[in-house]
Amino acid sequence: MTSQKNSDIILLSHGDGGILTHQLLEKYFLPSFSNILLEGLTDAASFPVRQGKMAMTTDSFVVDPIFFPGGDIGKLAVCGTVNDLAVSGAKPLYLTASFIIEEGFPIIDLERIIASMSQACREADVIIVAGDTKVVGRTQADKIFITTAGIGYMLPEADLGYNRIEPGDVIIVNGPMGNHGLSILLERQSFSFDTRILSDCAPLNILTEGLIKRFKGIKFMRDLTRGGLATCVKEIALSAKADIRLNEPDIPIDNEVRGITETLGLDPLYLANEGKFLIMASSEEADSILEYLREDLCARQSGIIGHVGTGKGNVYLKTALGGTRRLTMLTGAPLPRIC
Amino acid sequence: MNIELSKKLLDQLINLSGKVSDKLGRHITLMEVCGTHTTAISKSGLRGLLSPYMELLSGPGCPVCVTDQTDIDRMIAFAGLPGVVVASFGDMIRVPGTNASLEVERARGAHIEICYSPHEALSYAVQHIDRETIFLGVGFETTTPAVALSIMEAKALGINNYSVLSVHKLVPPAMKALLADPDLNVDGFILPGHVSVITGRKAFDFIASEHGIPSVIAGFEPIDIMEAISMLLKQIVDKKAETMNGYTRLVSEEGNIRAKKAIEDVFETADASWRGFGPIPESGLVFKKTYADFDAAIRFSVEVPYALPPEGCSCGEVLKGKIKPDQCPLFSVVCTPSDPIGPCMVSSEGACAAYFNYGDEE
Repeated sequence: MTSQKNSDIILLSHGDGGILTHQLLEKYFLPSFSNILLEGLTDAASFPVRQGKMAMTTDSFVVDPIFFPGGDIGKLAVCGTVNDLAVSGAKPLYLTASFIIEEGFPIIDLERIIASMSQACREADVIIVAGDTKVVGRTQADKIFITTAGIGYMLPEADLGYNRIEPGDVIIVNGPMGNHGLSILLERQSFSFDTRILSDCAPLNILTEGLIKRFKGIKFMRDLTRGGLATCVKEIALSAKADIRLNEPDIPIDNEVRGITETLGLDPLYLANEGKFLIMASSEEADSILEYLREDLCARQSGIIGHVGTGKGNVYLKTALGGTRRLTMLTGAPLPRIC
Repeated sequence: MNIELSKKLLDQLINLSGKVSDKLGRHITLMEVCGTHTTAISKSGLRGLLSPYMELLSGPGCPVCVTDQTDIDRMIAFAGLPGVVVASFGDMIRVPGTNASLEVERARGAHIEICYSPHEALSYAVQHIDRETIFLGVGFETTTPAVALSIMEAKALGINNYSVLSVHKLVPPAMKALLADPDLNVDGFILPGHVSVITGRKAFDFIASEHGIPSVIAGFEPIDIMEAISMLLKQIVDKKAETMNGYTRLVSEEGNIRAKKAIEDVFETADASWRGFGPIPESGLVFKKTYADFDAAIRFSVEVPYALPPEGCSCGEVLKGKIKPDQCPLFSVVCTPSDPIGPCMVSSEGACAAYFNYGDEE
């Protein structure tokens, strides 16, 4: 059937809990994820807790393709969960990682994914303390799915919530919009554009922790993943029962992303990001927040993109021409134009 | 977009608009025929900025929107055939048929591939010779040449698992049908840029010569659209009527001869049914006999009963410029992009979608 040796691909037996499962763990997962909590290989990791509040989240990752410019499903699985905790005002500590792997999956690809998860964990200063591996038959899953859960403690300084958002607050983003979504789309459709758009996939927790500890005027944060900036801002406007006004020329978008999305009939404001978040903050602190953000390599292009006004949950975009239009939530997948 | 230049042009345009409507003593009504213009006008905020001076109506220039309900049902029926892969531009996927949509059929197990070009659909067919690939040929003069080329290539290579359902339509005959309507009340037309690249400027001469209405072919940047509106206003105030070319960097007098020849080699004109309009003479493209083997309508016989658009759906009135999208009783009440009743709310070029997604301030 194939010239590959059995040891080069994942077999159903790698998931049966027997000898091959153990070999997989010993050879690939444990060396990369190694830490004191994991090494006990007990049924559950136990760790001390501190006073105050804990935060917990989970997310599943099914991205196709699993490798893309600027990242892969493994890096995404770590960053996605870390960032959900980070923008909630938590300090992420421990992750779990569960893998559903399709029979026949190349072990070399698994190694790449594990290495990249391990690297992302180091960047985010978190450890993987528990995990699981299941193997399903051919076509019963598409290559590999990863679910991560994360736990952390709420930073005592964090006071975030829709209820704190009020007219006059400003909206800050930490860089250009749409790179991750476009990167994936271009890989999936194999368009022949000369430019390679890199995913912005990155952990944000070090940055958000620094922000929360320094600025009391930060009232709300949200990572700008599925649905993009527009959907996220609309959700915030509805929940905060306020109108939000964005200024189109102030929203950072890379020139390549702008050009390609125009050609394909896509709107970068609706494309997913994996290393971008928005901050709602009091206007008094806006400048110092920006100054702090811009010192970070990942946030050089941070900027104020709009402000909060009174209202009922509308989002308005002031266009470059000076016109105003509404922004709504994403409906359906971003589709190409027909003519 | 050059923002400084655009703003300057906008100031000039607003100034001119004010003068023209003062001189006429009424609002001016212009129609942007093409859906891409509708979207660009809404998205850039131009519609709101110009609304004190003029009414900008949407026209029939969205190929998905004018697709007849029975044709939509036929596409969905194809998706249910065993061993068939339906390849389509993304816009068609969520268009509601009488009982389902391609999106729903896909969830039920139909094999549907989203393509960005007919060539991609042909390549898919070549790589999957055990299946029949049917490409949904929805589009105007802009997209049809590429479909024709894919069919010619399939014939040259002897590929026999690729076919096309041609519901291609032509814009000039639709303009004729629109202009024949005695109720039409339009001072000028913004004509489609991409379509004109293929047809050439002359194809629209009849609008001025036979109907005495000014028209200007426009590009798609806000600056192009503003320029075209200025050209229209000048014609209106000078009481002139010409079919002018405001998109000279791409549109010629005769159009793209090679592209037109590709269309003529594979297709011939026939009467076609348009949503909102009904049958329009010589407005559709059907396969010539020499290429009949690639006609999905012949190769796959599916029984599709004649279907009417859903009750209450006013897409037809919107496409004829009779009403604005937000005047449809269903608009944003029961018909939204996430739960559409008519195609105008689904297509990225659809007027209802443009008004819903990029509406003015409330």
